[in-house]
Amino acid sequence: MARTTPEIPNASMADIAFLLLTFFLVTTTMPNNRGLSIALPPPPEATPPEDVKIQERNMFKIQLNSSDALLVEGEPREDIRNLKDEIKAFVLNNGRDPASSDNPEKAIVSFKTDRGTSHKRFIELLDIIQAAYYDIYAEQAGVSNAKFREAASDLSSTENKEIYNRGRAGIPLNISIADPTKVGN
Amino acid sequence: MSKFKKKTNVKQDIPTSSMPDVVFMLLFFFMVTTELRKTSIEVKQQIPKATQLRKLMRKTLVTNLYIGEPNKPAQYGKEPKIQADDVFIDTKDIIRWVNEQKSKLDEVERDQLTVALKVDKDAKRGIISDVESELRKANARKLLYSTLEDKDKNQ
Repeated sequence: MARTTPEIPNASMADIAFLLLTFFLVTTTMPNNRGLSIALPPPPEATPPEDVKIQERNMFKIQLNSSDALLVEGEPREDIRNLKDEIKAFVLNNGRDPASSDNPEKAIVSFKTDRGTSHKRFIELLDIIQAAYYDIYAEQAGVSNAKFREAASDLSSTENKEIYNRGRAGIPLNISIADPTKVGN
Repeated sequence: MSKFKKKTNVKQDIPTSSMPDVVFMLLFFFMVTTELRKTSIEVKQQIPKATQLRKLMRKTLVTNLYIGEPNKPAQYGKEPKIQADDVFIDTKDIIRWVNEQKSKLDEVERDQLTVALKVDKDAKRGIISDVESELRKANARKLLYSTLEDKDKNQ
């Protein structure tokens, strides 16, 4: 009954596995599905040009020129650290300061660029504007900024939807990205 | 002298019998997370950084547009170009391209198509706004500017 059991040599298994591992390590790319999300306005033909009069006080103007220089409310600006807090104060003014917005529903942040503005600078400013709004939403919903964005990204669960609706109540995301001016190209 | 000649009976080998298991575990991790790229990107892609990122959950609803300077300037010139799938397209072709992408989706989900713009940080707003106005005409109005997370600024 002395039978030899047939065996597959498995000493090289680790080597084979390493080879495959190296292959996947090198070829792998982590998918990046993250970024700043915006919704574009409807096509220009679909909406007849209405003569909406927006009061000066309800507009927060941010402009970038072709050399990436910044104008905030008509004033040149170098330092952008306080910009987020200014936008928050503007949106939540509720008519207290007569030079600032009437209420969050009427408040509009107008963001205008030039054709020569670089994408990097555009993203930098858009990030600040969105940060201001997400901070306001997060505070209203009683969660952290990161948590609110996470909830807003995935509205399939009722809990997230509830956070989202609570945060957004009464404060629309009024960011207007105007057609760029034509100085640089 | 005998002090130095004393032999220790402690084994110094690292056990290697579990190495294949460890390696297989890593292998499976990379096999599962890997995404085989169907298109080779022919434009410069230095994605800018931002803090207020949002994640797109439904991958099937996302379609990518790459914008940047071509990698081969001798062949395609230095002006930023738009790449969709494997080819360079003109701004006027975008409406047709969007409709092609929409036809791949279920009818109920067609209005949820999200276009992820993967734009090089040195590209100019001019070409991007041209793309945006075409997307508006094509009624693909959900847009995502692809960015990386800026960990320094995020507290």
